[in-house]
Amino acid sequence: MSTQNPVAYDSKVEGNIIFTQVDAAINWMRSNSLWPMPMGLACCAIELMAASSARFDISRFGAEVMRFSPRQSDVMIVAGTVTYKMAMSVKRIWDQMPEPKWCIAMGACASSGGMYRSYAVLQGIDHLIPVDVYVSGCPPRPEALLDGLMRLQKKIMGEHSLEDQKRELLQTL
Amino acid sequence: MTQSEATLALTTNFGGAILASNDFRSEKTLTVSREALHSICLTARDTLGFDYLVDITSVDHFGDEPRFQICYELYGIEHGVHLRLKISVSEDDAEAPTVSDIWPTADWHEREIFDMMGIRFANHPDLRRILMWDGYPYHPLRKDFPLAGKPSEMPDVAFTNAAPLAGGPFVSLPTDGITQAREPRARSAGDIAPKGQIPLEP
Repeated sequence: MSTQNPVAYDSKVEGNIIFTQVDAAINWMRSNSLWPMPMGLACCAIELMAASSARFDISRFGAEVMRFSPRQSDVMIVAGTVTYKMAMSVKRIWDQMPEPKWCIAMGACASSGGMYRSYAVLQGIDHLIPVDVYVSGCPPRPEALLDGLMRLQKKIMGEHSLEDQKRELLQTL
Repeated sequence: MTQSEATLALTTNFGGAILASNDFRSEKTLTVSREALHSICLTARDTLGFDYLVDITSVDHFGDEPRFQICYELYGIEHGVHLRLKISVSEDDAEAPTVSDIWPTADWHEREIFDMMGIRFANHPDLRRILMWDGYPYHPLRKDFPLAGKPSEMPDVAFTNAAPLAGGPFVSLPTDGITQAREPRARSAGDIAPKGQIPLEP
Protein backbone atom coordinates (compact mmCIF):
# COMPACT_ATOMS: atom_id res chain seq x y z
CA MET A 1 0.00 0.00 0.00
CA SER A 2 1.30 3.40 -0.97
CA THR A 3 2.40 5.65 1.85
CA GLN A 4 0.70 8.63 0.18
CA ASN A 5 -2.73 7.01 0.19
CA PRO A 6 -4.80 8.76 2.88
CA VAL A 7 -7.14 5.78 3.18
CA ALA A 8 -5.58 2.68 4.71
CA TYR A 9 -7.57 -0.50 4.69
CA ASP A 10 -6.33 -4.02 5.13
CA SER A 11 -9.14 -6.49 5.43
CA LYS A 12 -7.00 -9.26 6.91
CA VAL A 13 -5.78 -7.17 9.80
CA GLU A 14 -8.54 -4.69 10.42
CA GLY A 15 -11.82 -6.31 9.49
CA ASN A 16 -14.43 -3.57 9.22
CA ILE A 17 -12.24 -0.73 10.41
CA ILE A 18 -10.79 1.94 8.12
CA PHE A 19 -8.05 4.29 9.23
CA THR A 20 -8.11 7.64 7.49
CA GLN A 21 -8.04 11.38 8.00
CA VAL A 22 -11.29 13.29 8.44
CA ASP A 23 -10.46 15.49 5.45
CA ALA A 24 -9.92 12.47 3.25
CA ALA A 25 -13.16 10.89 4.38
CA ILE A 26 -15.11 14.10 3.85
CA ASN A 27 -13.60 14.57 0.40
CA TRP A 28 -14.36 10.97 -0.53
CA MET A 29 -17.97 11.36 0.51
CA ARG A 30 -18.42 14.72 -1.17
CA SER A 31 -16.83 13.78 -4.45
CA ASN A 32 -18.88 10.62 -4.83
CA SER A 33 -22.26 12.17 -4.22
CA LEU A 34 -22.19 15.38 -6.22
CA TRP A 35 -25.78 16.38 -6.71
CA PRO A 36 -25.97 18.58 -9.80
CA MET A 37 -28.08 21.64 -10.31
CA PRO A 38 -28.83 21.32 -14.05
CA MET A 39 -28.66 24.86 -15.38
CA GLY A 40 -29.77 23.83 -18.87
CA LEU A 41 -29.97 26.92 -21.06
CA ALA A 42 -29.42 25.67 -24.61
CA CYS A 43 -28.45 22.64 -26.68
CA CYS A 44 -25.75 21.55 -24.18
CA ALA A 45 -28.63 20.60 -21.92
CA ILE A 46 -29.58 17.87 -24.41
CA GLU A 47 -26.12 16.35 -23.98
CA LEU A 48 -26.47 16.77 -20.22
CA MET A 49 -29.68 14.76 -20.41
CA ALA A 50 -27.93 12.14 -22.52
CA ALA A 51 -25.16 11.95 -19.92
CA SER A 52 -27.69 11.08 -17.24
CA SER A 53 -29.56 8.48 -19.28
CA ALA A 54 -28.78 4.79 -19.62
CA ARG A 55 -26.06 4.80 -22.25
CA PHE A 56 -23.64 7.14 -20.51
CA ASP A 57 -25.09 6.84 -17.01
CA ILE A 58 -23.76 9.69 -14.90
CA SER A 59 -24.89 7.73 -11.81
CA ARG A 60 -21.72 5.64 -12.08
CA PHE A 61 -20.05 8.72 -10.59
CA GLY A 62 -22.73 9.46 -8.01
CA ALA A 63 -23.99 12.54 -9.80
CA GLU A 64 -27.32 11.25 -11.05
CA VAL A 65 -29.48 13.08 -8.51
CA MET A 66 -30.46 16.10 -10.58
CA ARG A 67 -31.86 18.55 -8.08
CA PHE A 68 -34.14 21.21 -9.46
CA SER A 69 -33.80 23.13 -6.24
CA PRO A 70 -30.51 24.95 -5.68
CA ARG A 71 -30.84 24.35 -1.93
CA GLN A 72 -30.20 20.64 -2.38
CA SER A 73 -27.40 20.72 -4.93
CA ASP A 74 -23.62 20.66 -4.78
CA VAL A 75 -22.49 21.37 -8.32
CA MET A 76 -24.06 23.71 -10.82
CA ILE A 77 -23.64 22.51 -14.39
CA VAL A 78 -24.11 25.59 -16.55
CA ALA A 79 -25.06 23.96 -19.85
CA GLY A 80 -25.69 26.47 -22.59
CA THR A 81 -25.71 30.08 -23.70
CA VAL A 82 -26.00 32.53 -20.83
CA THR A 83 -27.81 35.58 -22.17
CA TYR A 84 -27.66 38.85 -20.26
CA LYS A 85 -31.38 38.47 -19.66
CA MET A 86 -30.74 35.16 -17.89
CA ALA A 87 -27.43 36.06 -16.24
CA MET A 88 -28.73 37.55 -13.00
CA SER A 89 -31.09 34.61 -12.54
CA VAL A 90 -28.17 32.17 -12.86
CA LYS A 91 -26.24 34.22 -10.30
CA ARG A 92 -29.21 34.23 -7.97
CA ILE A 93 -29.64 30.46 -8.19
CA TRP A 94 -25.90 30.06 -7.53
CA ASP A 95 -26.19 32.29 -4.46
CA GLN A 96 -28.99 30.06 -3.14
CA MET A 97 -26.82 26.94 -3.25
CA PRO A 98 -25.35 26.02 0.14
CA GLU A 99 -21.60 25.70 0.62
CA PRO A 100 -19.59 23.73 -0.32
CA LYS A 101 -20.49 24.23 -3.97
CA TRP A 102 -18.76 23.82 -7.29
CA CYS A 103 -19.46 24.89 -10.84
CA ILE A 104 -18.89 23.21 -14.19
CA ALA A 105 -19.08 25.44 -17.27
CA MET A 106 -20.26 23.01 -19.93
CA GLY A 107 -19.54 23.93 -23.52
CA ALA A 108 -18.15 26.89 -25.42
CA CYS A 109 -21.00 29.31 -24.64
CA ALA A 110 -20.94 28.87 -20.88
CA SER A 111 -17.13 29.03 -20.86
CA SER A 112 -16.55 32.03 -23.11
CA GLY A 113 -19.72 33.10 -24.90
CA GLY A 114 -18.84 30.73 -27.74
CA MET A 115 -19.89 31.87 -31.16
CA TYR A 116 -22.13 34.55 -29.70
CA ARG A 117 -19.92 37.62 -29.76
CA SER A 118 -22.93 39.86 -29.53
CA TYR A 119 -24.87 42.38 -27.49
CA ALA A 120 -27.11 39.73 -25.96
CA VAL A 121 -24.75 37.10 -24.55
CA LEU A 122 -22.60 37.08 -21.41
CA GLN A 123 -19.04 36.25 -22.48
CA GLY A 124 -18.56 33.34 -20.11
CA ILE A 125 -20.32 32.51 -16.85
CA ASP A 126 -17.02 33.07 -15.00
CA HIS A 127 -17.79 36.80 -15.20
CA LEU A 128 -20.42 36.16 -12.53
CA ILE A 129 -19.63 32.97 -10.62
CA PRO A 130 -16.39 31.07 -9.97
CA VAL A 131 -15.94 28.09 -12.28
CA ASP A 132 -14.03 24.96 -11.25
CA VAL A 133 -14.04 22.98 -14.49
CA TYR A 134 -14.48 24.14 -18.06
CA VAL A 135 -15.65 21.54 -20.56
CA SER A 136 -14.84 22.31 -24.19
CA GLY A 137 -17.06 21.40 -27.10
CA CYS A 138 -20.03 22.77 -28.95
CA PRO A 139 -21.82 20.92 -27.52
CA PRO A 140 -19.48 18.58 -25.60
CA ARG A 141 -20.28 14.90 -25.89
CA PRO A 142 -21.51 13.21 -22.70
CA GLU A 143 -18.10 11.57 -22.30
CA ALA A 144 -16.55 15.04 -22.13
CA LEU A 145 -18.94 16.05 -19.40
CA LEU A 146 -18.15 12.86 -17.50
CA ASP A 147 -14.45 13.63 -17.87
CA GLY A 148 -15.11 17.11 -16.48
CA LEU A 149 -16.99 15.56 -13.59
CA MET A 150 -14.12 13.19 -12.84
CA ARG A 151 -11.68 16.10 -12.90
CA LEU A 152 -13.90 17.92 -10.43
CA GLN A 153 -13.89 14.82 -8.24
CA LYS A 154 -10.10 14.79 -8.39
CA LYS A 155 -10.06 18.45 -7.43
CA ILE A 156 -12.36 17.84 -4.48
CA MET A 157 -10.12 14.98 -3.29
CA GLY A 158 -7.31 17.52 -2.89
CA GLU A 159 -9.25 19.94 -0.67
CA HIS A 160 -8.42 20.47 3.02
CA SER A 161 -11.70 21.73 4.39
CA LEU A 162 -11.20 20.71 8.02
CA GLU A 163 -7.59 21.90 8.10
CA ASP A 164 -8.68 25.23 6.64
CA GLN A 165 -11.48 25.53 9.16
CA LYS A 166 -9.10 24.82 12.00
CA ARG A 167 -6.66 27.44 10.74
CA GLU A 168 -9.44 30.00 10.40
CA LEU A 169 -10.65 29.24 13.90
CA LEU A 170 -7.16 29.66 15.34
CA GLN A 171 -6.73 32.93 13.49
CA THR A 172 -9.97 34.33 14.91
CA LEU A 173 -8.90 33.28 18.41
CA MET B 1 -58.42 34.25 -56.31
CA THR B 2 -55.03 34.63 -57.93
CA GLN B 3 -52.21 37.01 -57.19
CA SER B 4 -53.10 39.34 -60.09
CA GLU B 5 -56.76 39.41 -59.10
CA ALA B 6 -55.83 40.38 -55.57
CA THR B 7 -53.47 43.09 -56.82
CA LEU B 8 -56.12 44.39 -59.21
CA ALA B 9 -58.74 44.52 -56.47
CA LEU B 10 -56.40 46.46 -54.21
CA THR B 11 -55.34 48.92 -56.94
CA THR B 12 -58.93 49.65 -57.93
CA ASN B 13 -59.99 50.18 -54.31
CA PHE B 14 -56.91 52.04 -53.07
CA GLY B 15 -55.43 53.48 -56.26
CA GLY B 16 -53.69 56.50 -54.75
CA ALA B 17 -52.44 54.69 -51.67
CA ILE B 18 -50.48 52.09 -53.62
CA LEU B 19 -47.17 53.75 -54.38
CA ALA B 20 -45.37 50.97 -56.21
CA SER B 21 -45.86 47.43 -57.37
CA ASN B 22 -43.03 44.98 -57.87
CA ASP B 23 -42.91 41.49 -59.33
CA PHE B 24 -39.88 39.33 -58.60
CA ARG B 25 -39.93 35.62 -59.43
CA SER B 26 -43.72 35.59 -58.99
CA GLU B 27 -43.45 37.30 -55.61
CA LYS B 28 -45.76 40.29 -55.59
CA THR B 29 -44.81 43.29 -53.48
CA LEU B 30 -47.00 46.33 -53.07
CA THR B 31 -45.52 49.44 -51.49
CA VAL B 32 -48.38 51.26 -49.84
CA SER B 33 -48.77 54.45 -47.89
CA ARG B 34 -48.59 54.20 -44.14
CA GLU B 35 -51.95 55.91 -43.63
CA ALA B 36 -53.83 53.44 -45.84
CA LEU B 37 -52.13 50.30 -44.52
CA HIS B 38 -54.77 49.46 -41.96
CA SER B 39 -57.73 49.66 -44.35
CA ILE B 40 -55.79 47.79 -47.06
CA CYS B 41 -55.06 44.99 -44.60
CA LEU B 42 -58.69 44.90 -43.53
CA THR B 43 -59.82 44.61 -47.15
CA ALA B 44 -57.17 41.97 -47.84
CA ARG B 45 -58.44 39.84 -44.99
CA ASP B 46 -62.19 40.33 -45.32
CA THR B 47 -62.80 40.47 -49.07
CA LEU B 48 -59.65 38.96 -50.60
CA GLY B 49 -59.27 36.01 -48.22
CA PHE B 50 -55.77 36.73 -46.85
CA ASP B 51 -56.58 35.18 -43.50
CA TYR B 52 -53.01 34.39 -42.44
CA LEU B 53 -50.30 36.90 -41.59
CA VAL B 54 -47.08 34.91 -42.02
CA ASP B 55 -44.64 37.47 -40.67
CA ILE B 56 -43.87 41.11 -40.13
CA THR B 57 -40.29 42.23 -40.58
CA SER B 58 -38.54 45.56 -40.55
CA VAL B 59 -35.54 46.85 -42.47
CA ASP B 60 -33.20 49.66 -41.46
CA HIS B 61 -31.96 51.60 -44.50
CA PHE B 62 -29.56 53.62 -42.37
CA GLY B 63 -28.61 56.88 -44.08
CA ASP B 64 -31.64 56.92 -46.38
CA GLU B 65 -34.82 58.85 -45.85
CA PRO B 66 -37.29 57.43 -44.89
CA ARG B 67 -35.09 55.22 -42.79
CA PHE B 68 -37.24 52.20 -41.97
CA GLN B 69 -39.35 49.83 -43.95
CA ILE B 70 -41.87 47.36 -42.58
CA CYS B 71 -42.84 44.28 -44.61
CA TYR B 72 -46.05 42.33 -44.11
CA GLU B 73 -46.22 38.83 -45.56
CA LEU B 74 -49.82 37.83 -46.25
CA TYR B 75 -51.13 34.42 -47.18
CA GLY B 76 -54.56 32.94 -47.80
CA ILE B 77 -54.99 29.40 -46.57
CA GLU B 78 -58.05 28.92 -48.82
CA HIS B 79 -56.47 30.09 -52.10
CA GLY B 80 -52.76 29.67 -51.33
CA VAL B 81 -51.67 33.08 -52.64
CA HIS B 82 -48.84 35.10 -51.13
CA LEU B 83 -48.76 38.90 -51.07
CA ARG B 84 -46.21 41.26 -49.56
CA LEU B 85 -47.04 44.76 -48.38
CA LYS B 86 -44.37 47.32 -47.56
CA ILE B 87 -44.60 50.67 -45.84
CA SER B 88 -41.91 53.25 -45.20
CA VAL B 89 -41.44 54.86 -41.82
CA SER B 90 -39.21 57.84 -41.19
CA GLU B 91 -36.97 58.11 -38.16
CA ASP B 92 -38.49 61.36 -36.87
CA ASP B 93 -41.97 59.86 -36.85
CA ALA B 94 -41.15 56.20 -36.22
CA GLU B 95 -44.69 55.01 -35.82
CA ALA B 96 -46.89 52.65 -37.79
CA PRO B 97 -50.53 51.60 -37.38
CA THR B 98 -51.04 48.29 -35.64
CA VAL B 99 -52.63 45.39 -37.51
CA SER B 100 -52.99 43.29 -34.38
CA ASP B 101 -56.74 43.98 -34.41
CA ILE B 102 -56.90 42.36 -37.86
CA TRP B 103 -54.54 39.43 -37.29
CA PRO B 104 -53.98 38.77 -33.57
CA THR B 105 -50.62 37.17 -34.37
CA ALA B 106 -49.31 40.63 -35.23
CA ASP B 107 -49.24 41.45 -31.53
CA TRP B 108 -45.91 39.76 -30.79
CA HIS B 109 -44.40 40.52 -34.20
CA GLU B 110 -44.96 44.21 -33.61
CA ARG B 111 -43.57 43.95 -30.11
CA GLU B 112 -40.43 42.42 -31.55
CA ILE B 113 -40.07 45.20 -34.12
CA PHE B 114 -40.59 47.75 -31.36
CA ASP B 115 -37.94 46.05 -29.24
CA MET B 116 -35.32 45.49 -31.93
CA MET B 117 -35.87 48.48 -34.25
CA GLY B 118 -37.60 51.05 -32.08
CA ILE B 119 -40.66 51.60 -34.25
CA ARG B 120 -43.78 52.27 -32.25
CA PHE B 121 -47.18 50.89 -33.24
CA ALA B 122 -50.19 53.13 -32.73
CA ASN B 123 -53.12 51.53 -30.89
CA HIS B 124 -51.16 48.39 -30.08
CA PRO B 125 -52.80 46.73 -27.04
CA ASP B 126 -49.57 45.91 -25.17
CA LEU B 127 -46.48 47.55 -26.63
CA ARG B 128 -43.68 46.26 -24.38
CA ARG B 129 -40.26 44.87 -25.20
CA ILE B 130 -40.42 41.16 -25.95
CA LEU B 131 -36.79 39.95 -26.14
CA MET B 132 -34.81 42.46 -24.13
CA TRP B 133 -35.94 43.53 -20.70
CA ASP B 134 -38.02 46.59 -19.87
CA GLY B 135 -35.61 49.45 -19.35
CA TYR B 136 -32.91 48.31 -21.79
CA PRO B 137 -31.94 51.62 -23.40
CA TYR B 138 -31.14 50.62 -27.00
CA HIS B 139 -32.71 49.02 -30.06
CA PRO B 140 -30.06 46.49 -31.06
CA LEU B 141 -31.09 45.66 -34.63
CA ARG B 142 -30.58 49.23 -35.83
CA LYS B 143 -27.64 49.62 -38.17
CA ASP B 144 -26.00 52.28 -36.00
CA PHE B 145 -25.93 49.88 -33.04
CA PRO B 146 -22.53 48.16 -32.82
CA LEU B 147 -22.40 44.38 -33.20
CA ALA B 148 -20.46 44.08 -29.95
CA GLY B 149 -23.21 45.82 -28.04
CA LYS B 150 -23.04 48.67 -25.56
CA PRO B 151 -22.67 48.60 -21.79
CA SER B 152 -25.83 49.13 -19.82
CA GLU B 153 -26.88 48.56 -16.24
CA MET B 154 -30.21 47.98 -14.56
CA PRO B 155 -29.57 47.06 -10.93
CA ASP B 156 -31.12 43.70 -9.91
CA VAL B 157 -32.52 43.14 -13.40
CA ALA B 158 -29.78 42.81 -15.97
CA PHE B 159 -26.60 44.34 -17.28
CA THR B 160 -24.76 44.23 -20.59
CA ASN B 161 -21.15 44.73 -21.62
CA ALA B 162 -19.57 45.23 -25.01
CA ALA B 163 -18.30 41.90 -26.31
CA PRO B 164 -14.60 41.65 -27.25
CA LEU B 165 -14.60 41.33 -31.03
CA ALA B 166 -10.84 40.81 -31.47
CA GLY B 167 -10.76 42.54 -34.84
CA GLY B 168 -14.04 40.93 -35.91
CA PRO B 169 -16.80 40.54 -36.99
CA PHE B 170 -15.86 37.10 -38.28
CA VAL B 171 -17.27 36.76 -41.75
CA SER B 172 -17.03 34.00 -44.32
CA LEU B 173 -16.95 35.05 -47.96
CA PRO B 174 -19.44 33.83 -50.54
CA THR B 175 -16.92 32.09 -52.76
CA ASP B 176 -16.17 28.73 -54.33
CA GLY B 177 -12.49 29.24 -53.61
CA ILE B 178 -10.28 27.15 -51.40
CA THR B 179 -11.25 26.26 -47.85
CA GLN B 180 -8.90 28.88 -46.40
CA ALA B 181 -10.66 31.58 -48.41
CA ARG B 182 -14.04 30.43 -47.17
CA GLU B 183 -13.01 30.30 -43.53
CA PRO B 184 -14.63 32.91 -41.26
CA ARG B 185 -12.10 35.64 -40.47
CA ALA B 186 -12.09 39.14 -39.08
CA ARG B 187 -13.02 41.30 -42.05
CA SER B 188 -14.34 44.76 -42.73
CA ALA B 189 -16.91 45.69 -45.35
CA GLY B 190 -14.29 46.53 -47.98
CA ASP B 191 -12.80 43.02 -47.84
CA ILE B 192 -15.72 41.37 -49.50
CA ALA B 193 -14.71 40.49 -53.04
CA PRO B 194 -16.76 41.67 -56.02
CA LYS B 195 -19.14 39.12 -57.48
CA GLY B 196 -17.43 36.42 -59.51
CA GLN B 197 -13.97 37.20 -58.24
CA ILE B 198 -12.44 34.41 -56.23
CA PRO B 199 -10.01 35.60 -53.57
CA LEU B 200 -6.91 33.46 -53.75
CA GLU B 201 -5.23 34.73 -50.61
CA PRO B 202 -7.13 34.18 -47.39
